[in-house]
Amino acid sequence: MNVFAVASNTLPAMRWQPLCRRADLVAFSGVVAWLETSAAQVALFYLPGHTPELYALDHFDPFSNACVIGRGIVGDLNGAPVIASPLYKQHFRLSDGQCLEDERVQLRTWPVRFENDHVLIEA
Amino acid sequence: MATKETLIIIGNGMVGHHLVEQVIEAGALARFDVTVFGEERHRAYDRVHLSEYFTGRDAESLALCDADYYAQHGVTLYSNVKVTEIDRAAKTVVTASGRYAFDHLVLATGSFPFVPPIEGRERPGCLVYRTLSDLDAIRDAARNATNGVVVGGGLLGLEAANALRGLNLDTAVVEFAPRLMPMQVDREGGELLKEKIEALGVQVLTERATQRIEQGEQSRLRIVFQDDKVLETDLIVFSAGIRPQDELARDCGLEIGERGGVVIDDHCRTSDPAILAVGEVALWNQSIFGLVAPGYQMAKVAVSTLTGGDARFGGADMSTKLKLLGVDVGAIGDAHGERTPGARMFRYLDPLTQLYRKLVVSSDGKKLLGAMLVGDNGVYDTLLQYYANSLELPKEPASLILPQQSGAAPALGPGALPDTAMICSCHNVTKADICRALDAGAQDLAGVKGATKASTGCGGCATLLKSVVDFELEARGVEVDTSLCEHFAYTRQALYDIVRVEGIKTFGELMEKHGSPGHGLGCDICKPTVSSILASCFNEPIMDAAHVPLQDTNDTFMANMQKNGTYSVVPRIAGGEITPEKLMVLGQVAQKFELYTKVTGGQRIDLFGARLEDLPAIWGELIAAGFETGHAYGKSLRTVKSCVGSTWCRYGVQDSVGMAIALEHRYKGLRAPHKIKFGVSGCTRECAEAQSKDIGIIATENGWNLYVCGNGGMRPRHAELFATDLDDEALYRTIDRFLMFYVRTADRLQRTATWRENLEGGLDYLKEVILEDSLSLGDELERQMQTLIERYECEWANALSDPEKLKRFRSFVNDERPDPSIIMTSERGQLRPA
Repeated sequence: MNVFAVASNTLPAMRWQPLCRRADLVAFSGVVAWLETSAAQVALFYLPGHTPELYALDHFDPFSNACVIGRGIVGDLNGAPVIASPLYKQHFRLSDGQCLEDERVQLRTWPVRFENDHVLIEA
Repeated sequence: MATKETLIIIGNGMVGHHLVEQVIEAGALARFDVTVFGEERHRAYDRVHLSEYFTGRDAESLALCDADYYAQHGVTLYSNVKVTEIDRAAKTVVTASGRYAFDHLVLATGSFPFVPPIEGRERPGCLVYRTLSDLDAIRDAARNATNGVVVGGGLLGLEAANALRGLNLDTAVVEFAPRLMPMQVDREGGELLKEKIEALGVQVLTERATQRIEQGEQSRLRIVFQDDKVLETDLIVFSAGIRPQDELARDCGLEIGERGGVVIDDHCRTSDPAILAVGEVALWNQSIFGLVAPGYQMAKVAVSTLTGGDARFGGADMSTKLKLLGVDVGAIGDAHGERTPGARMFRYLDPLTQLYRKLVVSSDGKKLLGAMLVGDNGVYDTLLQYYANSLELPKEPASLILPQQSGAAPALGPGALPDTAMICSCHNVTKADICRALDAGAQDLAGVKGATKASTGCGGCATLLKSVVDFELEARGVEVDTSLCEHFAYTRQALYDIVRVEGIKTFGELMEKHGSPGHGLGCDICKPTVSSILASCFNEPIMDAAHVPLQDTNDTFMANMQKNGTYSVVPRIAGGEITPEKLMVLGQVAQKFELYTKVTGGQRIDLFGARLEDLPAIWGELIAAGFETGHAYGKSLRTVKSCVGSTWCRYGVQDSVGMAIALEHRYKGLRAPHKIKFGVSGCTRECAEAQSKDIGIIATENGWNLYVCGNGGMRPRHAELFATDLDDEALYRTIDRFLMFYVRTADRLQRTATWRENLEGGLDYLKEVILEDSLSLGDELERQMQTLIERYECEWANALSDPEKLKRFRSFVNDERPDPSIIMTSERGQLRPA
């Protein structure tokens, strides 16, 4: 069972697919991968030693309408891991994409996991 | 709408100007058309700091308001216009150019310096010290002079003596009384004051009555004293007191006091109810008030009277604290103990540290009646509060003036002050006013200053104000939480000290040893802050693996992210000087990578719209052409702006471009709490606008004048003169110390201007630390700066040589394509975000 699975009837059946390699990630920071099957930009955040240690959020920042989320600063607020947008500094929870400054805004998230040296995404 | 009444104000000095401000603030412009006549060429300026005119400040920086302040508010100001007559019957004032009708008239004509009727006082070289024009005359006369004498050893006389020293003249002070400042100090205090002033190289002659002035033999003039002794000098400044400038009032028949001054009542009304008088021309209850604070109070009362209010002037406390020739002098209340029978005195005299303190206490020992301080005003604020609020003295009043180590010297806590305690007498701000400002939403010292104007006059109350604000904030349960963020319960300053003392080199180590329990990751507040601290302690490349996750995106990619996710690129163009070849390279690079180009305010060229994956290639070409990173992305030194200076300009007195380039190369890469901007001007015309920079340098005939803590931007602030006529080496050394001290002690994202405004002790304290080395930090600060300078390397050159670091410069780690969401359009021949 995957707690991050988003029920959706409109999307084609989701499947786990390789996205990039572990070596492409930067510890305690973000990188961005191109998700061909959805034509989406996925920001990946890697927190080695933490549980979970990998998160995938939409790279698109709805406040600036630019693709910048993966270039923000990773941190935690009240114990919850967050990413701060580099443009207008809003915080988004890594676990579910929820914006902490505006409850109406939530970034898309994807289930991700490691398999050996590969990063897999369910999309 | 009813027609407005006409209000004419004669006099545009400090009090006259304050009156206009009060009229504006009271909203009374809806009711009055205001016209101001100022006899002087300059609009109102800060006469209290007049002597700084000789140490680098000009008329503009002494001005009390912006040039267009009056016009902006619709107030008419006639400068350099003398009112020659008041026609009370016709209710008009007369000037050389016409007659002006008034409904209400306020006299704020101030005073003029009294020159005793001494034979020969009209000779050239006999001068007075009161206005900017007087100072121009003194400066002219000093040009071919080697020495000067001030006749009069009172407060203004000593200020004049300081001014003469500022002009590098051998200076003497001649006083008729047996001691200096006879009004403020007693015999012991006077002796000490004399010793201290003589130690500064100023000759002091007391008990000398000047008889006549004649042609000199070695010098231009010769003073002959009553006892026929003589003193030769090139110029004489008379400072024998001031007299109210009441001629206009006299001529039109207003009631005048026996020894001058326009008689006013509690409402500042003269004997003609249509005419009011304020400031040093006004005589209230047989007294003239020669200080600015009572003048401001009168201005406030006058506005109340004009607008139908009932405010009253009830006299003013003449307590003063001064720094004359660098010597602290303070006098509170009945400093001589002459006014109350049975008064008892405590005296403390330390001949070694040259300190004199005296308390005048009521016969029951419970109330402070007065005090006198020479050599150190440290206890002045506390004593003034005891005096002004009639607070009960401690059981042993002497403890208030004894040195710290030998007893208590209990400072008076802000909590002990009653609501009526006057905190800022310039702007009449009481403790209650401060509490009201806090209740109305002011959240910190700056907020209180903005709301009440407290501490924005003479600034003497800065320390007291801060302690009251801190105390009241705490009392309101506003915990003055100085934690950086939830991860570190320390201020930036404390973290800085920890990092330096413990030699901590990574964020992880700092978090482990000093982070708040339970938080491991940090956040977008503490990570860049710690990164900056580490950089200013050790200057390791910010792209090194351990530091990478700490950086803001701008530092990560060493470029400035713009609103569509692209970056701007700013190579260093030190001092704004660039060869044609390099200029062409910038054009070629911009053309090749389709970058929008714009010239910045810091004399550089900004290339906008660079895609993340293009940054290494762009920098490859720039570095090959000899460019280096400009740190436009960092909280660090940005630019040193300069004018062309003596190389090209007919007015330039030093090579400002050469100095700007040297400074920019010296401090490039210095990471600080916020960005730092410099300016270097080659002459006093100041074309580089250095006084709006964190560090401003203005060339003089003899070297460089250094200004600090200026700012443009949201809240412009004039930089303050810090040191004068420095040679190159002294300039570097002073800036080394200043910048390092700022880096050490400022809060995160605090520019030098805000840092300075929040610095306890203000500019004087800063001068003590940097120039006089009061904390014995100078060598350490210089060494630390030297280490940082030696470790400088261009971050872009470093990154380009390391394939691991370049890996991040791609839009997608798994795909070569550029970010497809970036869309550009064209405008005025260049690309911009769609």
